This record gives sequence, structure tokens and C-alpha cells, in this order.
Amino acid sequence: MATAIAADGLSRSFGTVRAVDGVSFEVPAGEVFGLLGPNGAGKTTLIRLLAGVLLPGAGSARVLGLDPWTDGPGVRRRCGVLTETPAVYGRLTARQNLGFAAEVFGVPLPEVACRVNDLLARFSLADRADEPVGGFSKGMKQRLALARALVHDPELLFLDEPTAGLDPAASRQVHEMVGGLREEGRTVVLCTHRLVEAEALCDRVGVLAKGRLVALGTVRELSERLLADSPVALSFLDPVSDAVAGEVGAVPGVTVEERGERHLLLAAPDDEALAAAVGAAVGAGGRVVAAGRREHTLEDVYFALQEAAA
Amino acid sequence: MNWRAVRAVAAKDLLEVRKNRMATWSILGLSVFFSVGMPLLIGLLPFAAGPSGGDLGPFEQLTRLLPPGQQDLPIGSRMVVLMLGYFLAPLFLIIPLMVSSIVGAESFVGEKERGTLEGLLFLPATDLELYAGKVLAGFVPAVAAAFLNFALYAVMVNLVSAPIVGGAWFPTVPALALAAWVGPAVALLGVSASVLVSTRVETVLEANQVSGLLSLVIVALMVGQGSGLLMLSLPVLFLIGLAIYGVDVLLVRFGAAVFSRDRLMARA
Ligand SMILES: Nc1ncnc2c1ncn2[C@@H]1O[C@H](COP(=O)(O)OP(=O)(O)O)[C@@H](O)[C@H]1O
Ligand SMILES: [Mg+2]
Repeated sequence: MATAIAADGLSRSFGTVRAVDGVSFEVPAGEVFGLLGPNGAGKTTLIRLLAGVLLPGAGSARVLGLDPWTDGPGVRRRCGVLTETPAVYGRLTARQNLGFAAEVFGVPLPEVACRVNDLLARFSLADRADEPVGGFSKGMKQRLALARALVHDPELLFLDEPTAGLDPAASRQVHEMVGGLREEGRTVVLCTHRLVEAEALCDRVGVLAKGRLVALGTVRELSERLLADSPVALSFLDPVSDAVAGEVGAVPGVTVEERGERHLLLAAPDDEALAAAVGAAVGAGGRVVAAGRREHTLEDVYFALQEAAA
Repeated sequence: MNWRAVRAVAAKDLLEVRKNRMATWSILGLSVFFSVGMPLLIGLLPFAAGPSGGDLGPFEQLTRLLPPGQQDLPIGSRMVVLMLGYFLAPLFLIIPLMVSSIVGAESFVGEKERGTLEGLLFLPATDLELYAGKVLAGFVPAVAAAFLNFALYAVMVNLVSAPIVGGAWFPTVPALALAAWVGPAVALLGVSASVLVSTRVETVLEANQVSGLLSLVIVALMVGQGSGLLMLSLPVLFLIGLAIYGVDVLLVRFGAAVFSRDRLMARA
């Protein structure tokens, strides 16, 4: 599969602040890639570097096969960018905003009106198309900004915190749109500090901390590499008796980490041990209703990484 | 150079200016004051009323500079012609200067204040195209406002003075040369200076203050040197325009050379 983005040792400082510090990674075409990190981690700066809007202090990159610093316009012509604050002109109407972008991005003249109308309809803005955008809600502005980012049918999208400040309904709309972009085969780089969002939408994530890329991979890979085995929960119909807890704890390799009213939280090295633990519980008269591993969330990974980086 | 992108940036800015009340009212106010107010005021001065006009002392001497055809008019009428056609007309250059500075001052720092600068910089236009679009955005309305105002001023001057002068007489050839040749040069001066300012300050207010100050200096120069401007010969007017265009070329080239996306983004 073709490579959409390849960054090699990218760095950029502002004064003494190393905003992006030796970042290397690749994103294959068609992937939804998450850039995670708290505020100030360097996510926005990294996007600006990749789009040739900022120059790097060191390192190199290829974006869609082009060098962003010698052919910035070429890269940007094939990228759509959703900036952190939606870059829409409040004094202009939604239609005028999209028309402007279509012109600058070189959408063929005969197609402009049609493309703009399609986007207005697709992003549910058609009935307010000729009103000044200044009066739109935050969610509507965000939809318009997303429509604007798509006006030239880009192969690659940079979405910088697309749900920041949106209410849950508007956030969900954005999530559905990102899902749509994936189905259309576009490459998406999604910056976020919302872990649930990254977990739901991204194929792989890169975690930034203080400008450095501290982890890269799928959420599962990261949790396997970084965290101890995830705990197993055994749930019972009745309150857990001492006999049940004792028998389960006696299974080789299994330790009871937490004893609740009707559940036990266990550390079990593998599924073999888990099955033995369930057998022991049943043997001791426990009526087991559920047994399963609790998967690590991205949140667990994230805090482990941030702690390591601190 | 991708002219479609340049034109789109300029057209977008023009649309924004049209919907910006502050800017449109300043421009309108300035226009009404200059093109309607001043001719009315001069036309209503006491010496314009009667043929005798009384003793105008040294001004009598100045009216000797008028073209032969207007030398035979009564002294009061000669004064009106002198004031409207020669002394005040050069002030008309304030219009292209102010309009271009008002629009130019907004160009980059205005986008920054309204949170659209980042989106602008992510457009596929080159640095030069962005800069050219912003310069064009200030230049076009400045020249348009200047020409419209010149026409309006001409109509008003003739309305006010035709009865006492005996027919329409404005614009004179030097006044036309001033409007057509020097006017656009001054518009370019205003916009190239104010766009430069706009990339280097933090707020629109600052940009307006700095470019307003620049305009004031130029206006002061014009008032000092300009009142006799239209008494000069056409070749001298041509040279003055040429000199301003020379400064324009230097300013535009300097502005384009120091314009840097990276710098703007890093300051944002
Ligand atoms: N233009 C700038 N001037 C000075 N410092 C900056 C600038 N842009 C970013 N920084 C600094 O670089 C670091 C990374 O910022 P940013 O890329 O915006 O992070 P994020 O998008 O992850 O919140 C921060 O410490 C920020 O203060
Ligand atoms: Mg950011």
C-alpha cells in the first residue's frame, strides 16, 4: 500500500520550546491515524509542518510523495485541513465560504456551484446556506469547516481536534463523518486529546508528549507492550463466599486482586488459568454469571505513557 | 502565478469589507465630506456670491496663474475656481490613500483576530499569491473609490460654480492627469505600506494606528506641497506620479520578499 505520510526526525522549536522534537512515523494511504497528546504536546505544530505551513528546524518529510517545504502548494492542494478554530468567515454566508475555498483550491469552474450545493446538503447546511456564518452555532461552523476541508475532494485530511467544544450530539455527527471519510478511502490524521474518540475512530495512534513521539501502534499493541496483563472479572449471582474466594485464589498462577460483593477481580496469566479459576469457583458452589477480561482502554495506555515521559 | 487563487483571495476580502460596517462607513463618510461637503462649502463662501468680492489682497495675485480663459472672470468667481479646481483638488488623493490603508491594515492581522489566518495559510496558494491577493484587495476598491469620488467631485464643482463661472469647467486636464495617473500610484502606496504593517502587528487596532499615522504623514506632505500641484505642468505631474510608482515598486517588492508564511504562522 502506498505511503501517505513519512516523517523522519521532524523538529521545530519556538524560542527555547521544542514544540516538535525528532518525530518519525509513517502513515499508509487509507489509514485513520490518531495523534494523541495533551494540550501543548505538539500535535498542531506537527500538522503545520507536514502541510508546509511551518518550516522544520531539522528532519524531513514526504507527504503524498511530495516535499512539503519545496512544494507546499502541491501538498496543500491535495490535503484538506480542519483547523482547531474553524476557519470560516463570519461575515460571509456558508455558500460564499465554500465558493471561496473552491476557487482557491482550483475546483474546475463548471463544477463549483454543484460541488458547493452537494456539500451544503451533505452537511445539513442547505437551508441556512445564504445566511452569514457569524450567527451559526459552534456545531454548524464545525460542519461548514469540514465541508470546506472537503471541497477539493482531498486524498488526505488533517483534522485538528474536530470535536473540541462540541456537545455530544455534534461530536457524534463528526465521528460519523470521519467514519464516512474512511469508507471513501481517504487517509485521515486525527489530532485529539479525547481517548475514547481515538479508540473508536483510529486504526493506529501515535502518542506525543512534549514534542516527542513516545508510542506508535494500534491501541491493542500499545496496551500489550506497555501495561501488565489486564485483569479478569468473575461475576456471581450470590455474594462471594470465603470458600469460593479461597478456591479461586488457590488456582496456580491466579491471584485475587479485589474481592467485591458479587465479583472477584483476578490476575490470570492466560485463558488456561482463567478457565481453571472458573472451574474452581463453580466447584466451590459459586454460581458464575460472567467471566471475562477487561480490555485496557487507551486511557490506561495514555496515562502510563505520560507518566513515563514526565 | 495562479491568478485564480489571487483573485479569489482579493474577492473574498472585498466581500468582507463590504459587510464591515466600520470600514464602509469610514469610506462613505470620507467620500461625502470630500466630494460633496467641500464643494458646497466653498460655493457658499461669501466671496463666491457677488461679482465685486471686495479686496482679496494676495489671492488676487494667485488668480493670475489661472488659464487665460478664466482670467476675465470677476474676482469672486476666480477665487472659487482657484480653490475648487486647484487648491482642494489634490486633497482628493486622500481617498485612494485612506481606502487602501483601511483595507490593507485588516489584511493579515484582521484574519488573525478573527481566527481565520491559520485556514488562510493552509490554502494551496504560494506566499507570493497570498500577498498579491491581499494587495489587490486593497488596491481595487481604493482606485474604484477614487474614480467614483473624482466623478462626484466634478459634478459637485460644476453644480456649485457653473452659474458664476458661466458653464461647466471641471475637470481640468491637470486634474484628470492627477486622478488617472497619480491616484492609482497613491492607492498602491497605501496598500503596500499597510499590508506590510498588517503582517507585523498583533491587533487590527495597532495596524490602523500605524497605517493611519503613515497616511497622515503623506497627507501632511500633500497639503503642504499639493495645493499648488495642479498649477504645475503636465510633465511635472507625470514625474511626480512616476516617483510614487517607483516607491510603490520598491515597497511591493520588499513586502513580497519579507512575506513569509512560516513567520506569520509562528507568530499566530
Ligand atoms: N507560534 C508559536 N510560538 C511559540 N510557541 C509555540 C507556537 N506554536 C506552538 N508553540 C508551543 O509549542 C508547543 C506545542 O504546541 P502545539 O503544537 O500547539 O500543541 P498541541 O496542538 O498538541 O496542543 C507548546 O508548548 C506551544 O506553546
Ligand atoms: Mg493544537
